[in-house]
Amino acid sequence: MADHRKHFLGGMRDGIPIALGYFAVSFTLGIACRNIGLSAFDATLMSFTNLTSAGEFAAIGIMAAGSSYWEMALSQLVINLRYMLMSCSLSQKMAPDTPMFHRLLVGYGVTDEIFGISVNVPGRLDPFYVYGAVSIAAPAWAFGTLFGVVLGNVLPARIVTALSVALYGMFIAIIVPPARRDRLLGLLILASMALSWLFARVPLFSGISGGMKIIILTVLVSGVAAFLFPVDRGLAGAGEEKNGGCAVDGEDGPHA
Amino acid sequence: MRDTLIYIAVMAVVTYLIRVLPLTLIRREIHNVTIRSFLYYIPYVTLSVMTFPAILDSTGSQLSGLAGLAAAVVLAWRGAGLFVVAVAACALVFVMELFIC
Repeated sequence: MADHRKHFLGGMRDGIPIALGYFAVSFTLGIACRNIGLSAFDATLMSFTNLTSAGEFAAIGIMAAGSSYWEMALSQLVINLRYMLMSCSLSQKMAPDTPMFHRLLVGYGVTDEIFGISVNVPGRLDPFYVYGAVSIAAPAWAFGTLFGVVLGNVLPARIVTALSVALYGMFIAIIVPPARRDRLLGLLILASMALSWLFARVPLFSGISGGMKIIILTVLVSGVAAFLFPVDRGLAGAGEEKNGGCAVDGEDGPHA
Repeated sequence: MRDTLIYIAVMAVVTYLIRVLPLTLIRREIHNVTIRSFLYYIPYVTLSVMTFPAILDSTGSQLSGLAGLAAAVVLAWRGAGLFVVAVAACALVFVMELFIC
């Protein structure tokens, strides 16, 4: 029990920078909701039940256009499909005997950011860590949306743009330290960023949505890396390096 | 516009299913080395792809975004935690944009 409490508090702590970034992003989301005439209640409900930035921004466009429910479902499937990869990864990070209801609850919290900090936990992922992060981040996301609808442009744009960097700063804080210990990971990160830049800037790829680009590149780069540099130990996830207990073959790097 | 609440319900159900299915269906440890390696690399690749070049476009100017990126990398390299890195990047972007925007 004391252990769960520790993980919950740890999750809350790591959830603070997420909440900051969420608040900024969802504030702009709220403004977009107001612009298409969504009520404060509907907008807040959408954010609380969905917890996804790209998906909700796309949904606003779909609602405004009055498209069919099928189109809504399909757009969410395509845009949010990356969560499925993250969920696969987390399924290996959690203890195999984790009860079903914990899995059902953790599923709600699989966002880019909460996934990011969850894989960064040393060893196995305790569901309470995710709950701690969600308890801070989800309200920030929902209330940010609410404030966006109600307050509109009261918050200076300067502050909103500055805060939106918080999420990226966090991602960097997650991927850089392991890259420092492992040159291969560092190269993989650089290659991923270079390809991502190519996908974003070369007109040939401009027809592919942002969510799809993430899926394509993730499957491609992780797949090639898995074939060329198989990792012969441990759990999926960044925090594993610190956890001697689960590493089977010692300290000679993850790729044997 | 159709019924907003139905739209929201559709999105919520689809998004939740995407998130929860692998977690609930893959309950055993995977032993295949290639799949394990694939899952091991996913976080790094996904987070890298999501960060760059999006961080450059998230701010008022590419220059401040780049500065935020550089600050975050340097701090993270020196072992700073999530919160410090995130807040420092925000602060630098804020200060820079006072001058260039």
